[in-house]
Amino acid sequence: MEDEIASMAALVGASVSGAKAMTATSGPGYSLMQENIGYAYITETPLVVVNVQRGGPSTGLPTKVSQSDTMQARWGPHGDYTAIAVAPSTVTDTVTETIRAFNLAERFRTPVTILLDEVIAHQRELVALPKPGEKQIIDRVKPNVPPEEFEPFAKTARGVSPMPAYGEGYRYNVTGLTHDSMGFATADAEEIKAKMDKLRGKIMNYTSEITKLRVEMMDDAEIAFVSYGSASRAALLAVALARNVGVKVGSVQAYTIWPFPDEELREYCRSCKKIIVPELNMGQIVHEVARVLPPDTEIHSLQRYDGEILTPMQLLEKLEEVM
Amino acid sequence: MTTAEKKKPVEKQKSDVILKYLRPKKKMPHVWCAGCGNGIVMSAIIRAIDKLGLSKDEVVMLSGIGCTSRMPVYLDFNSLHTTHGRALAYATGVKFNRPDLKVIVITGDGDGMAIGGNHFIHACRRNIDITAILINNNIYGMTGGQGSPTTPSAAISTTTPYGNAEKHFDPCKLAEAAGASFVGRSTVYHTPQLEKMIIDGISHRGFSLLEVVSNCHTYFGRFNRRGDAVAMLKNFKETSVTTTKARKMSPEELEGKRIIGTLHEDDKTEFCDEYQKVADRLQGDK
Repeated sequence: MEDEIASMAALVGASVSGAKAMTATSGPGYSLMQENIGYAYITETPLVVVNVQRGGPSTGLPTKVSQSDTMQARWGPHGDYTAIAVAPSTVTDTVTETIRAFNLAERFRTPVTILLDEVIAHQRELVALPKPGEKQIIDRVKPNVPPEEFEPFAKTARGVSPMPAYGEGYRYNVTGLTHDSMGFATADAEEIKAKMDKLRGKIMNYTSEITKLRVEMMDDAEIAFVSYGSASRAALLAVALARNVGVKVGSVQAYTIWPFPDEELREYCRSCKKIIVPELNMGQIVHEVARVLPPDTEIHSLQRYDGEILTPMQLLEKLEEVM
Repeated sequence: MTTAEKKKPVEKQKSDVILKYLRPKKKMPHVWCAGCGNGIVMSAIIRAIDKLGLSKDEVVMLSGIGCTSRMPVYLDFNSLHTTHGRALAYATGVKFNRPDLKVIVITGDGDGMAIGGNHFIHACRRNIDITAILINNNIYGMTGGQGSPTTPSAAISTTTPYGNAEKHFDPCKLAEAAGASFVGRSTVYHTPQLEKMIIDGISHRGFSLLEVVSNCHTYFGRFNRRGDAVAMLKNFKETSVTTTKARKMSPEELEGKRIIGTLHEDDKTEFCDEYQKVADRLQGDK
């Protein structure tokens, strides 16, 4: 396609006509896609978008590492909606999380963002690719009623309406205008609220199907690193080294960063008095951590935004400083 | 047309054809002003599709934002009412995934030539089998009569109250230069020719740009003293000449005239066909 706006548009067109569709971009391209990602949110169109994060704003640091688009993955397009975003930390993760992203997109009829750090996108690691049939694959639910009874955006028990492909006999209207359950624009307060509640509810009532964390050494931890993406690799090594000298430190890595794993984080960090949040930005997810954990928890933001990676040594230095 | 339909009285048959293609549930009345040319274009599209014998299920109709872009919502096809200017990019995704479907894009001069200008030239360049019907009323109607890329120089609009200092696009020339393999122009006065052009455009394999000159008497007509809807349609009659007639006219005689008919047609390969060839070649190499 001619640009990222068009790519995202073509993706929606491919998805409503029955395809599983994905595109990949970085920084400014992700900004350009936002308008039509918003269209995918309101029309409940499954698709996957990969954003390899770079430093910004604007053209910024095209080949340097960053984690500064975590909030854009949550709040990119204008308006209200609930987003799903995943953050792999290795090349193997990238394979598993891409499969998971497609499954989540199809299950919840929504765009899913894969947030990659530049170092992971450019990394070469050994990967064992799954064999066909080895991984669970979820496909969107198709309607099983006759076309004349079909209600394209109906409220259903699992929060998501069945979705036919164009050409299958269910001729319905898809619009970016806030619409009723038949897919027609509405200005009715009750219908508007029902649509908005559906966009939130279909995800927030099912977070246990979406949340994924890796928890290491947290049983007796007094201090924890809460991280995602490439920073988690530094955190795992830092925890191993600190444990060698008897420091009660653990690591919680979020694979799903949106919706944010509120309850799980509270549960895993219940014995922690101090939390360190290492991020390749000026402090984004740290605010979510602070929102979730009890007010008497000491939250420390470890920020790096000079285009270089966070190293285990930096994490250990921070650990020493807060202890 | 089936034998049963042919037996019906002519008048009844006409309205039956229109009703057959309107969405049964909810969507009327439409948003268009009384006398708007959009209705004329919509009925011409319906008659063309009916004559072509396409099934409703195989037609996907897309649009962007604006008065004209409301059209797909009223029609009983697969409809995708997209973001401003982007319908051709959405349509590319639909057509590329399902080359068997008939993809029609309804756009206007604001939607298609301004915000959607980039997608327009690239859809032409690819020569993807999409029929784009650009209803040109020389102004942004829905948002209050702002100047568009086809507002003529010196014309009055909400954003050019002292006369437009810009030059305007000729959508047909732009499409041909960008690579569209079928280009035609009609007006909302010349309905039989309009209907035939839509049939030709949909039947053509490749990108078709069909410009339909239409009236926004509410804004363009009022601001520029062109009179009501009827007066504007009469003006389209008086200022348009067919391609056949135009060939016999001197440049002086053609001054201020609009040429209607098929302006360009070629048989360059269509994008989905070309892509399939690449795929077949690669699979053959295995």
